[in-house]
Amino acid sequence: MSRQYEIVIGLEVHVELATKTKIFCGCSTAFGGAPNTHTCPVCTGMPGSLPVLNKQVVEYALAVGLATNCSINQFCKFDRKNYFYPDNPQNYQISQLYLPICHDGWVEIETAAGKKKVRIHEIHMEEDAGKLIHDEWEDCSLVDYNRSGVPLIEIVSEPDMRSAEEVIAYLEKLRMTIQYLGASDCKLQEGSMRADVNLSVREAGAAQFGTRTEMKNLNSFKAIARAIEGERTRQIELLEDGKKVIQETRRWDDNKESSHAMRSKEDAQDYRYFPDPDLVPVMISDEWLDRVRAAQPELRPEKLARYQEEYGLPLYDADILTGSKHLADVFEATVALSGKPKEVSNWLMTDAMRLLKETEKDPEDLNFTPANLAKLIGLVDRNVINRTVARTVFEAIFRDDVDPELYVEEHGLKVVNDEGALKKTIEELLLKNPQSVADFKAGKKKAMGFIVGQTMRAMKGKADPAVVNQLVEELMSR
Amino acid sequence: MSLLDLTAVELGRKIKAGEVSAVEATRESLAQIKALESTLNCYVTIDEDGALKRAEEVQKKIEAGKLSGPLAGVPVAIKDNMCTEGMLTTCSSKILYNFRPTFTAEAVACLEKAGAVILGKTNMDEFAMGSTTETSAFGETKNPWNIGHVPGGSSGGSCAAVAANECFYALGSDTGGSIRQPSSFCGVTGIKPTYGTVSRYGLIAYGSSLDQIGPIAKDVTDCATVLEAIASYDRKDSTSVNRDDTDFTSALVDDVKGMRIGIPRDYFGDGLNAEVKEAVLAAAKVLESKGAVVEEFDLSLVEYAIPAYYVIASAEASSNLSRFDGVKYGYRTKEYDGLHNMYKKSRSEGFGPEVKRRIMLGSFVLSSGYYDAYYLKALRTKALIKQAFDRAFEKYDVILGPASPTTAPKLGESLGDPLQMYLGDIYTISVNLAGLPGMSVPCGLDSQGLPIGLQLIGDCFREKNIIRAGYAFEQSRSYQAPEIARSIGVHDPADGASHGKEAK
Amino acid sequence: MANIISDETIEYVGILAKLELSDAEKEDAKRDMGRMLDYIDKLNELDTDGVEPMSHVFPVNNVFREDVVTNGDDRENIILNAPQKKDGQFMVPKTVE
Repeated sequence: MSRQYEIVIGLEVHVELATKTKIFCGCSTAFGGAPNTHTCPVCTGMPGSLPVLNKQVVEYALAVGLATNCSINQFCKFDRKNYFYPDNPQNYQISQLYLPICHDGWVEIETAAGKKKVRIHEIHMEEDAGKLIHDEWEDCSLVDYNRSGVPLIEIVSEPDMRSAEEVIAYLEKLRMTIQYLGASDCKLQEGSMRADVNLSVREAGAAQFGTRTEMKNLNSFKAIARAIEGERTRQIELLEDGKKVIQETRRWDDNKESSHAMRSKEDAQDYRYFPDPDLVPVMISDEWLDRVRAAQPELRPEKLARYQEEYGLPLYDADILTGSKHLADVFEATVALSGKPKEVSNWLMTDAMRLLKETEKDPEDLNFTPANLAKLIGLVDRNVINRTVARTVFEAIFRDDVDPELYVEEHGLKVVNDEGALKKTIEELLLKNPQSVADFKAGKKKAMGFIVGQTMRAMKGKADPAVVNQLVEELMSR
Repeated sequence: MSLLDLTAVELGRKIKAGEVSAVEATRESLAQIKALESTLNCYVTIDEDGALKRAEEVQKKIEAGKLSGPLAGVPVAIKDNMCTEGMLTTCSSKILYNFRPTFTAEAVACLEKAGAVILGKTNMDEFAMGSTTETSAFGETKNPWNIGHVPGGSSGGSCAAVAANECFYALGSDTGGSIRQPSSFCGVTGIKPTYGTVSRYGLIAYGSSLDQIGPIAKDVTDCATVLEAIASYDRKDSTSVNRDDTDFTSALVDDVKGMRIGIPRDYFGDGLNAEVKEAVLAAAKVLESKGAVVEEFDLSLVEYAIPAYYVIASAEASSNLSRFDGVKYGYRTKEYDGLHNMYKKSRSEGFGPEVKRRIMLGSFVLSSGYYDAYYLKALRTKALIKQAFDRAFEKYDVILGPASPTTAPKLGESLGDPLQMYLGDIYTISVNLAGLPGMSVPCGLDSQGLPIGLQLIGDCFREKNIIRAGYAFEQSRSYQAPEIARSIGVHDPADGASHGKEAK
Repeated sequence: MANIISDETIEYVGILAKLELSDAEKEDAKRDMGRMLDYIDKLNELDTDGVEPMSHVFPVNNVFREDVVTNGDDRENIILNAPQKKDGQFMVPKTVE
């Protein structure tokens, strides 16, 4: 390849909002119901049904807009996007085109190349579609409208990104911000965050953008990175061959690591948007905006600073703890109960992280109650159990969210502080290991470690190591 | 006098007084339906068993003192574009030939609460698109005054049923005149309320920003009473308006002294039938003689209402009707090759020509490159029309004119030239664009013996003005029913039970 | 007729509207749409510069629901009218290639 190319990427990110109900009806948004059990006349497009807007959707959209430095359209409306497809029961999607709720914002991202602003063109509210499942037996598709009408915001960026790395950084930034706001859990795999990639290539230094394509069906950061590389290569090859890139929507197949055009004669891509006459405009007063602004939770940059300042945590630890809103929540709740930020940080940074890695889970998946970790810290602090036992108990908390006090009681894990019993055990061991005693007396201090280890094993780890050390030394020195 | 000749309110009073039962009244209505349907075809669905069962329940409640409203036990007919749980709701379209809604329209639910007995669902122009009820997939309805003529539309079945005593009152819907024009053609009274007064929940949409449900009955008193029952602030309809002035029957007073009535000169130009003109102006004289201040004025923009309407209504319809696709309910074609072919064949076979014409037009005016030139232009025109009415209502309490330029045309005369048919809505359409209340009241017959309707238009939320004017006018003449309404013959109300047997 | 509707336009609108017209219907549609558009062009006589397009007649704003679940499982009713169904779902011709 003789010429140098640059890729230009803009993203359309769909985020499912964390409301309890759908955007236009009182159906639950909960995952996992049997097909069509979370549906009603409104979200299945029954004749005569009418939509009524869920206020919480506006609240979340405003929160995200403010957190991403957007201007707010204080008078906004819903429009109908008309196209036929069975996952869309009315054959139009209620969305916003002419007056979206937020516009002209930006977020700052950081990559190896440094910091950079990615501009946000607009954020609009809309409804999600249902699910289509292919039925092999009947060679047909089956439609489930449980997701139909689940509220989405679509965040449309400007074509400001130039690499897969920037795209991932931008998505991470959005995800973090939205999770912190509590507006969505943003899980790519489960589809609560989805990104469509608009990509074009141009010769380095060219002023004009090339023709772009839109890539859909990207379910992970890895798939996004692969799709960007695949599409970059495909477009450059076309240009090198003197062919033209066609503006089209393409579907990425991550297994085949290739994409194909989703074009058909029946997709005119002419959506005939017009204001939805069934919904009235949304007027956002200054007071309403102020309320949303005031209720805005502490976002990651502030939290990161506070953890270092208030809790004296190192930057590295604070960075990891705030890297997941859920992890930070667990941390803060446990600190509030235990009053020991460093202890809590240690448990989360070492044991929790190790177990997450072993079980191939994300910090979002931590599901123990902070009270149980706080109790565990208390048990160690009061010397009821020793650290070795505590790590075993933590594993049980991590796995089954057990109450450590009950667990320790049931499994008989308390530190044995009965000196008589300890002395008896040590003396028996010394009798069995005369060589160790001889070595110790000859000045080989290591020999003591062996006896200590044997004692701890005999006590099934429940002895207080400090006490054992002291007694072993005392008895060996006689 | 037959029981069937009573107005809804008169019947309700007799039921309350124990002089007649809801069951008898229902049997009478069903007998009349049996006798006339083969001639008139007012109904798409007649729910004989359901109506009788319901009448018995309602009668028990009335006797137990649990139902005491003016409409308790009175049989009603519902236009077939309002959802009725478990009862066929077709919009007179093949595409919904087998559709049984799982919920009941709010307006109908309001009537049920008031103790109404639903006789069945009335015929209409398919999806309310038409002015003659001839676009119905289930055959045209005939005008009870002359079965060679159309009843008007789109609520032709409801209006004809009221005129022919096949029900005591009916619900219709009005998007561009669909209550007022057929009321005028059938010699009955109909009100299109202010937009937002009656919930649209459960009304199968045609043009959502224009559609309103309203009453059709023998007189103004019935209409005011029914409107009072169906007006509601419904949280299920975002365009529902919270009003505290829906005591419409309080406006039933024979007093128009000092009422300012404006007659738009623009409504009396070319195209207006001379006999209609004469009757309407005579009606104005009646009101003037009762003390109203009547004067002519220029409303302006009248000729722009129809083109603006057809852009807006067709655009909304093209989107509203896209849900009829053979997937979730209604008609699906038998043989097809893939998804899009299934869509196209189901819709092309399921919709009639007028519906397809409007869907095509609506899709076109919204399509890429035309939105501004057509759709936005129409919305701007709508704003100007609203302003013209606002100016008029600074001077007048009521605007008076004809409901339609002519009396009912002959069957088969209208559909050949759609544009000509659309022009017949010239006096009614602007009222929908501006969201205003309008009423048609019978004001005479032409030389062919066909009814003429007087239209009274009020400012937004001022139904009471038109009700008062209509009521006062009505006192000057008695209700005239077509000959056919008496087809069962004169009989004593107490005799009703025997006719009930005939109905079976 | 000032507005001449081409075969391509009718074909295109048919795709948008999911309507399949016979040749005779297409000819009618071309004529009817052309005539209607000629009639609609009457609106161009009006000066609407600076007039805000009016989609809602009344200035009603902010009609909301609270975020509270009010609907339960109503699946049997929802699929009641389906022309074809299976396992509580609507059955449609295959959508994936």
